Amino acid sequence: MYVAVKGGERAIDAAHDWLAEERRGDRAVAELGLDQIREQMSLAVNRVMAEGSLYDPDLAALAIKQARGDLIEAIFLIRAYRTTLPRIGASRAVDTGAMRCDRRISATFKDAPGGQVLGPTFDYTHRLLDFKLAADGELPEAPESAPSEAPMPRITEFLNKDGLIQDEAVSEAVPPDMTRQPMDYPANRALRLQALTRGDEGFVLGMAYSTQRGYGRNHPFVGELRIGAVEVEMEVPELGFEICIGEVTLTECETVNQFAGSKTEPPQFTRGYGLVFGQTERKAISMALVDRALRWQELGEDNLGAPAQDEEFVLAHADNIQASGFLEHIKLPHYVDFQSELELVRRMRAGATGAMREAAE
Amino acid sequence: MTETAYNFAYLDEQTKRMIRRAILKGVAIPGYQVPFASREMPMPYGWGTGGVQVTAACLTPADTLKVIDQGADDTTNAVSIRKFFQRTAQVAVTEHTEEASLIQTRHRIPETPLAEGQILVYQVPIPEPLRFLEPRETETRKMHALEEYGLMHVKLYEDIAHNGEISTAYAYPVQVEGRYVMDPSPIPKFDNPRLESAAVQLFGAGREQRIYAIPPYTQVVSLDFEDYPFEASKADHPCDLCGCATSYLDEVIVDDAGGRMFVCSDTDFCSTRRAEGHRGRLSGEDLAEELA
Repeated sequence: MYVAVKGGERAIDAAHDWLAEERRGDRAVAELGLDQIREQMSLAVNRVMAEGSLYDPDLAALAIKQARGDLIEAIFLIRAYRTTLPRIGASRAVDTGAMRCDRRISATFKDAPGGQVLGPTFDYTHRLLDFKLAADGELPEAPESAPSEAPMPRITEFLNKDGLIQDEAVSEAVPPDMTRQPMDYPANRALRLQALTRGDEGFVLGMAYSTQRGYGRNHPFVGELRIGAVEVEMEVPELGFEICIGEVTLTECETVNQFAGSKTEPPQFTRGYGLVFGQTERKAISMALVDRALRWQELGEDNLGAPAQDEEFVLAHADNIQASGFLEHIKLPHYVDFQSELELVRRMRAGATGAMREAAE
Repeated sequence: MTETAYNFAYLDEQTKRMIRRAILKGVAIPGYQVPFASREMPMPYGWGTGGVQVTAACLTPADTLKVIDQGADDTTNAVSIRKFFQRTAQVAVTEHTEEASLIQTRHRIPETPLAEGQILVYQVPIPEPLRFLEPRETETRKMHALEEYGLMHVKLYEDIAHNGEISTAYAYPVQVEGRYVMDPSPIPKFDNPRLESAAVQLFGAGREQRIYAIPPYTQVVSLDFEDYPFEASKADHPCDLCGCATSYLDEVIVDDAGGRMFVCSDTDFCSTRRAEGHRGRLSGEDLAEELA
């Protein structure tokens, strides 16, 4: 008996109710507060802000809660929300040289003005499950000292003084905005960096890793990695001067890469650049490596055919909201397409088996 | 946030204006893919974000909207999109093709011929007909600019050489007004002849950020060869519910012994015919009751 696919609307509503119940889980367990997610799942919050392209820890925490901890789903919620927000204006470029650093390390110099500051890092933890956290997780107070007031100049600038590192072109041009203009290839560096900073962490990491394993190798050193708060300044037309409208925490990574020189340039170091919202250093380092790999043309290097050198390949596939949407859409009904293929295959099989039978006779 | 905090049809007026400009350009250059600054929508890419944005930019409060997926008004995603516009635009909705001023579709063209004044909006996954022959956007744009479509004909020729016929069953490429080769979205090739229509046809690809159009009464030719002419094929059966011998059919598995039936994929067309008294092989009175 034919059962018509009716009642789609009721099914959708019921599915949503079930989803809400699953999200809540066992009601005997206390409900998760947004403040708990924001404070205790802060690296998840940072990733959602970075790839959602919206700096708002509270909204990111809400998105994570609503998405049951699925970070790509949370990023999607943030993206869909941010697209409805009006644009008030654009800030001045932030000065990361004036960052209040929680962490600042260089792999190229043992010490530098401002010093090496490890900050809150997993780097030297032993990855042993801490069963105390399962019990109560009460912490002893960490020792404190007064924050260093010393300026922390950018480390790559020291190399620049000797002309050992390639100078970046200074530009006052308004950068393109990939959220307000369609993507256009070839993309300039500003557009590439935008796509990378909101790109999927796993994808950008994989691309960066591939350059380290020889697919477009570019010999990177972490010249500097810094994490901290910077002030966001904006010129308000009514006032006629700049005011600070808030602070954002950023992770910035500058890599120092070797470069043999070209017909027009003497041998020197070159840079890759990563800048990401929040404490997101894996992503920022990855971004810097991929940025550097994509600069082969500008630096007169050979196209090695490596995936990470291929701008269209990298930029068109870095966005996890586009990727997961298109990937998952194949679970939507395709009866009609499938039916047309079914008929085609049946027809071709009939032709082929007929020909085989004739050949046998 | 409350629903009233959103603008009519969800998108803000500036965004709609940007989309309308892309639509107008598309109508002025039939079959040409116009880049547009597609927005992130509250449904995933792949669920029809391009079509939804085009619909949002075209809707007026006086419109009557119909949404179909696979030809049916009651498939889950059609229900979801229809509901989205009922919530955000409060427009009237219908399941009847003739009553709709705007129809958003995925994978089908309605069986009932469209009339002047109607708009048909397609959801498009991959707008570039040359994409699977050449993955690079920089290259395919050049090929369109130079009208360099030899690669597509070679592909169709190779189909014939390998399989004895052109083995593209849906998203069958067309040439619009003798100029641009266009992907008609994944409609079955059965629907291709109806791309020549009295209605305005708009195609929206959200993830790929492209809009294109076929204005009314524009020539649309399915690519073929003189000795292998294009053929709009369908399952060789009549509809088991309404008896129609000329409509596109879905195949439905009815038991685990290989039993199956064929029914119109266009649910409005089929139920209208049944209401007019047409009957198919399996449409007993009890069945008609159950479906009602």
